[in-house]
Amino acid sequence: MTAADVHRSILAVWRIEQPRLITGLSRMLRDVTLAEDLTQEALVAALEHWPVTGVPDRPGAWLMATAKRRALDDLRRRSMLARKQAMLIRDLEQEQQAMPDLDAALDDDIGDELLRLIFTACHPKLSREARAALALRMICGLTTEEIARAFLQPEATIAQRIVRAKRTLSESGLAYETPHGSELSERLASVLEVVYLIFNEGYAAASGDEWLRPQLCHDALRMGRVLTRVAPQEAESHGLLALMELNASRISARTDAAGDPILLMDQNRMLWDRLQIRRGLSALARARELGGGQGFYALQAAIIACHARATTPEDTEWPRIAALYGELSDLVRSPVIELNRAVAIGMAEGPAAALAIVDGLAGEPELKNYHHLQSVRGDLLRKLCRFAEARAAFEAAARLAGNKRERALLKRHIAEIGDAEGRVLISE
Amino acid sequence: MRFMYIVTSPQPDKGPTPALMEAMGKLADREIKAGRMLDTGGLLPIAMSGAQVRITDGKLGVVDGPFVETKELIGGYAIFELRDMEEAVAAAREFMQLHLEHMPGWDGTCEVRVLATPGVDGACEVGTRLHA
Repeated sequence: MTAADVHRSILAVWRIEQPRLITGLSRMLRDVTLAEDLTQEALVAALEHWPVTGVPDRPGAWLMATAKRRALDDLRRRSMLARKQAMLIRDLEQEQQAMPDLDAALDDDIGDELLRLIFTACHPKLSREARAALALRMICGLTTEEIARAFLQPEATIAQRIVRAKRTLSESGLAYETPHGSELSERLASVLEVVYLIFNEGYAAASGDEWLRPQLCHDALRMGRVLTRVAPQEAESHGLLALMELNASRISARTDAAGDPILLMDQNRMLWDRLQIRRGLSALARARELGGGQGFYALQAAIIACHARATTPEDTEWPRIAALYGELSDLVRSPVIELNRAVAIGMAEGPAAALAIVDGLAGEPELKNYHHLQSVRGDLLRKLCRFAEARAAFEAAARLAGNKRERALLKRHIAEIGDAEGRVLISE
Repeated sequence: MRFMYIVTSPQPDKGPTPALMEAMGKLADREIKAGRMLDTGGLLPIAMSGAQVRITDGKLGVVDGPFVETKELIGGYAIFELRDMEEAVAAAREFMQLHLEHMPGWDGTCEVRVLATPGVDGACEVGTRLHA
């Protein structure tokens, strides 16, 4: 094994142990951010020692013992709140003496601590970006470098962001508190928002690291699963998990070999991940059982579920999708959702009904530079055989599209209109 | 990446000790809460409940247990979603370490296989449409 291989396998062992390390330490120290520092220090120590000694039989216990030792040193050195310090040192020393049960803390139920970790990392006091970085670091064990690569930011920027966020938490006395009951439900939105942001960063990315972008989807899914396990009564968590599972089920069908996008209706449905679809549908069912079927995420999941259930594009229940977009539109007024509703109406009732909605959206400032508005218009006009207007719409869309691949797709549409027009002329 | 863990042993009659059951239960609970384990299950000894539907020489036949000729029997399985093979091996080591500690004298194998599901090979679409 090369040094790089050893490094990789040590990192892997550390990541497997990381959740219970950080939860065990944060329970012991009553400080999530300090616990996070110590898991990192334990990793550094492992990277120093294990290449020489080999990975110990019980790596978790080794890492925990190392982190605890550092914690003791650190507490003794620091002049923080004296009483708290004395109490913690006593606790730690007692635990150190209570051998051989060294890793008892590792085996306790980690559910509550994981919940605390997530809610601390995603505290509404922090910016969305800081929440995302902290969550990836604390819950998923990503390194600062990996987070930086995933978000296309310089490593120093992310490192700064994490340090500042942790300082904010420590200074506001928020480093160890868990919301309960109604407070938990209120704060949940700021957690779900971050998980969804991370997922979309990976899912809808136009550029970035080939390997780390899908990793973000994976990590967001993991957080979603954690949330639905440790706070199973929250309907919106199940709704978000459903949405992510169902969207992720299409990942390998969404692009062709050259990396060009394949639209949903053209995808090879054999490539959709059935296991993931099943998980998504059951999460959606759970959200509904809990009375959350009308939630922001659950409604979107329900729309995607209509596609997931259709074995062929022709089987798609467009009237149901249109109705769901209607509900979503009532919940969140957004011209983008209205545009999507128009697409569904177009499929359910025909292009004329849809065009009426789309033309009504033309004045929306939010859609002024949104190329999808023009490309949807173009598509509807083409279906209505209004070819000159369709071409103009596609050309406008192509001018607005920021992405080379999307521009190429729109150019293809324009060329096809020429063909369609020709056919109509000949048949006349 | 999705992994399947298949645990086999040449000593299929030896069920897990209570201590091992408890340790495995804790591990499974932790891994499910950590969002990594998707499914797991133990299998009853094939002598009690199994059957084999075989095709031999182009003929289909059903054979009931016990299967005395079988050398290694599957005792359980688990499905994990993890980042890479290194993580998968680290998790399998931890699982087998429990057997070493809580079931002395037991021999067995935890085979780690990559599930051939589509999905994690780097394909990401351009655009942010809801309908994509």
